[in-house]
Amino acid sequence: MEIPYTVKPRPDTGLYNAKVGIWLFLASEVMLFGALFSAYILLRVGASAGTWPHGLLNVTLGTINTIVLITSSITVVMAWVSLKLNQFGKFKMYQAITLLCALAFLGIKSVEYKDKFSHYQIIKKDGTYVDGHMHGATYLDKEGKSREEHKFHGLSFKENNVEYSLKEVVLNGIEAAQLSEINEPHKDKEHKHEHKNISVPAAEIQKINNYGPWHNTYMAIYFTLTGLHALHVIGGALVIGFLWGPGAKMWRTEPERFTNRIEVSGLFWHFVDLVWIFLFPVLYLL
Amino acid sequence: MQHTNHDLHHGHDHDHAHHEPGFWGKYVFSTDHKVIGIQYAITALVFLFFGFSLMMLMRWQLAYPGKAIPLVGSLLHNMLGDAAPGITDASGKITGYIMSADLYNAFGAMHGTIMVFLGIVPLAFAAFGNFVVPLQIGAPDMAFPRVNMASYQSFVVGGVIMLVSFFIPGGAASAGWTSYSPLATLGSTHGQTFWIIGMVFLITSSLLGAVNFIATIIQMRAPGMNWMRLPFFVWAQFVTAFLLLLAFPPLEAAAVMQLMDKVAHTSFFLPTGLVVSGQLANISGGGSPLLWQHLFWFLGHPEVYVLILPAMGIVCEIIANNTRKPIWGYKSLVYSTLAIGFLSFIVWAHHMYLTGMGTKISTFFQTTTMIISIPSVIILTCFFISLWGGSIRFNTPMLFCLAFLPMFGIGGLTGLPLGFNYSDLFLHDTYYVIAHFHYIVAPGTIFALFAGIYYWYPKATGRHMSEFWGKVHFWLSFLFMNLIFQPMFVQGMAGLNRRLYDGGATYAGVADPATGLVVGIPQVFLDLNKMISHAAWALALVQIPFIINFFWSMKNGKKVTSDNPWEATTLEWQTPTPPPHGNFLTEPHVYRGPYEYSVPGHGKDFTPQNEPEHGAPQPIPQKAH
Repeated sequence: MEIPYTVKPRPDTGLYNAKVGIWLFLASEVMLFGALFSAYILLRVGASAGTWPHGLLNVTLGTINTIVLITSSITVVMAWVSLKLNQFGKFKMYQAITLLCALAFLGIKSVEYKDKFSHYQIIKKDGTYVDGHMHGATYLDKEGKSREEHKFHGLSFKENNVEYSLKEVVLNGIEAAQLSEINEPHKDKEHKHEHKNISVPAAEIQKINNYGPWHNTYMAIYFTLTGLHALHVIGGALVIGFLWGPGAKMWRTEPERFTNRIEVSGLFWHFVDLVWIFLFPVLYLL
Repeated sequence: MQHTNHDLHHGHDHDHAHHEPGFWGKYVFSTDHKVIGIQYAITALVFLFFGFSLMMLMRWQLAYPGKAIPLVGSLLHNMLGDAAPGITDASGKITGYIMSADLYNAFGAMHGTIMVFLGIVPLAFAAFGNFVVPLQIGAPDMAFPRVNMASYQSFVVGGVIMLVSFFIPGGAASAGWTSYSPLATLGSTHGQTFWIIGMVFLITSSLLGAVNFIATIIQMRAPGMNWMRLPFFVWAQFVTAFLLLLAFPPLEAAAVMQLMDKVAHTSFFLPTGLVVSGQLANISGGGSPLLWQHLFWFLGHPEVYVLILPAMGIVCEIIANNTRKPIWGYKSLVYSTLAIGFLSFIVWAHHMYLTGMGTKISTFFQTTTMIISIPSVIILTCFFISLWGGSIRFNTPMLFCLAFLPMFGIGGLTGLPLGFNYSDLFLHDTYYVIAHFHYIVAPGTIFALFAGIYYWYPKATGRHMSEFWGKVHFWLSFLFMNLIFQPMFVQGMAGLNRRLYDGGATYAGVADPATGLVVGIPQVFLDLNKMISHAAWALALVQIPFIINFFWSMKNGKKVTSDNPWEATTLEWQTPTPPPHGNFLTEPHVYRGPYEYSVPGHGKDFTPQNEPEHGAPQPIPQKAH
């Protein structure tokens, strides 16, 4: 006996096997992201006043990425419709746009990530804060010769057996007496936070770190959620890319099965877009 | 039956144009649901015994704290190094090796992990589900055979990662199978990281399996196999698959977050102001240890039903078959199972009464916990009433099932005091809890799994396992299981805490000379440790007849005389033995419910599901084309 309903739908359910499979898989994905969103809510509700950053992310880039993903959702449907209309050429074109959108999304996302890794916060020994992008750092070797760096290499580093220790860092940003001035700029109308270069000597630094996932729970959940989402984008793009390239051979032998594959991969792609539709307001706007 | 002697190859040839698969294709990288089921079964049985062995070593430490481990002490030392340090006599000569506290913790954590995620779930769900479900619904295979293979492979990878973690520096994860943060996160060794990554593979395996099972049951039912004609076992697996599908992802999310805490130094589960060894931890803080517990138990409680529902499914099949009566209350069973499936998602925080999450939340979960006991009781009652007036065949599978009923009953009823907030405050984290859930899982689920093995063995191999040794296995296992777990209730109620490295010796009761009152745990309860340990080792010994029986019978067991040796009604017995690739010679048509035993007016006392109406004789299956 052959496995039934691999291509044709089962009459009483109206679905072919893979379609049932992908919907079930998406249900579990909803629970996966649902758990992370719940974690977001719990962490945010539990955060002490002034510690949850607002307006930290670049809304313009986020909006562009939202538009990019919605566009790709449309082209994924158009690709499937093209196959249904027996227009293979158009399918190729639409899926090519989908793949370009996926690449564009990941490119913009990596720009945003990079920005966060060069964004530093210093807690000074007097309890005040300096927050901004790394402008430069000066290191000294044992003989007292100074060395300028554009990147921060930690409080000390070793290169060619020479040990360098930090003299000062220069951040392009703001000074603040309290964390809430940095995290909640919208509440603080009195101070005008104009960015300027601020130099902090190593001796005054209590703690310095960048806005990686270790910075605070907001950054932790931001990187975890968007990172997991990006993995899904990559996974979806790999599948769509395979079906666009080598996998497209199946169109000649089993067109209906191939169309089903495009439909199933499209369903996954829609889910990935939908997750972003939730991520964007939750992380960028609220 | 008629087609026992059919050439098995013909069922295969028409299916697949490609050549006959070789050894690797047939037994290792197989996509056939029956082979995958057997792969799962044997792997899971090995893991079960391994997990049990960890506990046998721990039981030595509990009964004889600090004494040299007999038999395997030097082996442990050679494999694990200083985790099993030597002890010396007066002259400085090493006289033996003991279990260090760290090793005890690691064994405890891995015993739980291995038993649940690598033993019972793969055996109850993946092994029996894979082998039996497609046969019972009249399908040629699972809906996605290659996904099925990937599921097994992912399971093996997860298992290997867990095993490897014993040998890395610092040893395996040692924060309990629940891996509560911050304890699990802050250790400097990598055991916990291995545990998390292993779990991600195991979760992936379960996810692939669950998708496959549900899709198979929805899409692949044979003509006429409507929902209310499904054998109860299939219903149980169906609900179980949904639990795995929806409950495991939150644990995966939690695992990802704990992994981030370990490797990216985030603080998802680490609160502000956390002090470790007297020093303020260098973390960003702001996280919530309770968040881990919520996410863990959101999986953890449905997981309990993942462990028990397939067992109930097996018991139902075997009771119906051996009472020669329709199961009592088939619809009640089905609806109760669905109710359990739904309710199991809203009871999780009854594991967390002691965390101080708030009395209002506790009250809510206490209420839902009491509600979920109702469908469980309905199911058990249906099984008991099914026995009523039956002319019962007391073969080995039936004996295990009959033992399952009171054992699961004890496990379930002793859960009620744990479900109530106020009594849980006292009993929580004592041996009472251990006894409670082991009664459900060990003499409960595992007995049902043994029953299933004895019951379906003839279908898988064409031979019976020995009845005599089966009964020896049953009666002695039954005895020792109870000797192990019954005293733990007593110890727990006396206040003996679980996870104590020395079995409570530190807290041994001392009579206050002034008043004569005993402060601490009276010695009589600590002495039970020795008895329990001896029973545990005896339990291991009485598994030897089973292990020998299992392998010996493959070649030498009594041959089945028909394809339906138990004279059962469900479809898995209407195939050749063992079923060929593709299972059925012709597509089965289903005409009746699953348990039509002793229907008045029929010549024989069972009516297979594929027997047409009016008792017309079933046509002899011809060669499929």
